Amino acid sequence: MDVRSQVAMLFHLDKCIGCHTCSIACKNIWTDRKGAEYMWWNNVETKPGTGFPTKWEDQNIYKGGWKKSDDQKLSLRGSGKYKGLLNIFHNPYMPSLEDYYEPWTYKYLDLIESPKGNDQPTARPVSLITGKPIDIKSGPNWDDDLSGTPEFARRDPNLEHLSPSEKEAMFQLEKMAMFYLPRICNHCLNPACVASCPSGAIYKRGEDGVVLINQQVCRAWRMCVTACPYKKSYYNWSTGKSEKCILCYPRLEAGLAPACMHSCVGRIRYLGVLLYDADRIQEAASAPEDELIDRQLELILDPFDENVIQKAKDNGIADSTIQAAQTSPVYKFVKEWGLGLPLHAEYRTLPMLFYIPSLLPVMATLSDADNSAQSGKLDPIAKFWNKNTLYDTSTNSLWGTIEQSRFPLKYLANMFGAGNESKIKEVLKKQLAVRVHRRNVTVGDINSEFSQKALSDVGLTSKMADDIFYLTSLAKFDDRFNIPPAHREQAIEMLENTGDAKGSSGFGFKESPTRGL
Amino acid sequence: MDLLNNFFFIALPYIAIIVFVIGTVYRYRSLKFGYSSLSSQFLETRKLFWGSLLFHWGIVIIFFGHLIAFLIPQSILLWNQQPLRLFILEISAFTFGIMAFIGLINLLYRRLSSARIRVVTNYMDIILEILLLIQIFLGLWVAYGYRWGSSWFAIVISPYLKSLFTFTPKVDAVFMLPLVVQLHIITGFLIILIVPFTRLVHFLVFPLSYLWRPYQKVIWNRDRKKIRNAKEAWTVHRPENN
Repeated sequence: MDVRSQVAMLFHLDKCIGCHTCSIACKNIWTDRKGAEYMWWNNVETKPGTGFPTKWEDQNIYKGGWKKSDDQKLSLRGSGKYKGLLNIFHNPYMPSLEDYYEPWTYKYLDLIESPKGNDQPTARPVSLITGKPIDIKSGPNWDDDLSGTPEFARRDPNLEHLSPSEKEAMFQLEKMAMFYLPRICNHCLNPACVASCPSGAIYKRGEDGVVLINQQVCRAWRMCVTACPYKKSYYNWSTGKSEKCILCYPRLEAGLAPACMHSCVGRIRYLGVLLYDADRIQEAASAPEDELIDRQLELILDPFDENVIQKAKDNGIADSTIQAAQTSPVYKFVKEWGLGLPLHAEYRTLPMLFYIPSLLPVMATLSDADNSAQSGKLDPIAKFWNKNTLYDTSTNSLWGTIEQSRFPLKYLANMFGAGNESKIKEVLKKQLAVRVHRRNVTVGDINSEFSQKALSDVGLTSKMADDIFYLTSLAKFDDRFNIPPAHREQAIEMLENTGDAKGSSGFGFKESPTRGL
Repeated sequence: MDLLNNFFFIALPYIAIIVFVIGTVYRYRSLKFGYSSLSSQFLETRKLFWGSLLFHWGIVIIFFGHLIAFLIPQSILLWNQQPLRLFILEISAFTFGIMAFIGLINLLYRRLSSARIRVVTNYMDIILEILLLIQIFLGLWVAYGYRWGSSWFAIVISPYLKSLFTFTPKVDAVFMLPLVVQLHIITGFLIILIVPFTRLVHFLVFPLSYLWRPYQKVIWNRDRKKIRNAKEAWTVHRPENN
């Protein structure tokens, strides 16, 4: 057992209101620079939708992540030692600017300085790359809140394996639903970007598991952009270097929460330490698809286990880190309560960000009923439906509502369950059981027998349900953010070799990050 | 005339090689951030396909052809003993030359015609591309007009290049060469001269080591085990990422 520690984040999707404050906080700190205008290390997507860059989840286009070949070995889908070096002169799977958007600004000065004329002056949009006027074709969050639209929602790659009627039911104006998906770099345990980098510029930091790109070693071979299945490695067109989310490591080292987390209005984010077993990473990453999530969660070790603690200490993990792992909110959600699931586990990168899938809306489904009398009135799209189905929003059964939810389980399973619906069902049932329990406690109109049955059905106790409720709804900042206290003297050494500057005045001259010749 | 010849075939090569070595090493050690291939595929990818692929495969093979002819000329002479094999070598080399030439024209056209690419173009890019274009054109001219280069290269140019590296420059044979061949040699050294000042440095850091490194990479900035060990003096463990 090789115990290591990882700083992991959890997103409670039911609490996300899609305000993009996290994206703005991140943008203002890290990517408000030339060459990085189009980058969103943190972005929030509307699901169903195509996301950013467009259709990033469709690996037939972008060839990201790992795939298991016939001999059960893992290989990178679109890069790797041989494919990567062969495609180094022109990478056919690399997304280009059109797949993101052309960054722009407006010529505001024209509003003030235009000569007097018959027409009102306008501020024309100009490209931030060429400085020339452009027609804006798309921008950040171009499909925000556009569920149901043919251009965006219906092209969502997660709709694969859904029946036409299920798809149509999702997009009818009156019944349509959506949720938000905030995304940052997953700081994976089996990162495809690290594996794909020909120069070896990308690495995972041993101390806290943050995946970083060494800007001095990056040589713009651009394989990481292809390899990352989440498309979270971005190419800076100005400096000729790839950049990605750094989990605000300078803030982490100083004991501060990452900017996205700190600014989160809905308080949906939780940050904590997880201890994991690095010896079994390869094994977990090459598990059969239906076991992937379970095997990944098995990697996460129990921080109260004496054996684990001893092995962690042998590995040089600080006591403060072990303590933080024991009080980690992420550990509670993911391991103790089994509520957190990784995003797209089927890419086999073992992402270390976890999501609690959205519970709402649970009502309404297609049920068998005679629809023939109305079929003449239906619009052409609705005629796809089976004639004998009707949209049914009335239901008394508790679990039935989840199984026939308005958001097909299959859709959520394609995102958070590696295609496995039972995973999603379990998590949604747990969330509903907690609600039933709290309704019993606070309102009292549900009898406690029923609420107890709901809890025991999903393997929760009322104590656990109360804890889940507390951490979900009432948790203070320190409950949601729990990482070891900063070690400033170590933090500086992660960036600089202090020995280099010994005996000299200060830290010497640094090269500015400007484009080479 | 002799003075000029001496300059171009003795002084220029030495200047070029010295500047090349000092410049690239200095840049690698002190200006590492700029050491990049500066790919512009992100901004424009379709035209790049026909430019970059043709140019790179063509020039890489031609480059290694020249290198082999310089280092082990006997091998080429041995191969060329039969006329058929000579034709195969010359025709395929000429084809790769044409490939590189067409590719480079595509690249230059792309660089000048695309507004986005012009933003990331500097003077050295243009100078380099024009020099390369001239060089490949001269090379094709030599291959077409002064046959068969793969054979006489070994007798005339290889000894000259070797004499440069042994610090006993023998330039008489080179003085006698046709002007086109002489220009080809001069432009070659000019390109070597300007390498440290252009993006061409990226060929020096071609990531071959990728083939034998493990896929995953973890860096420990601090060796906690050593720190915890009371017997060790305070460590001078150097962080690997700077």
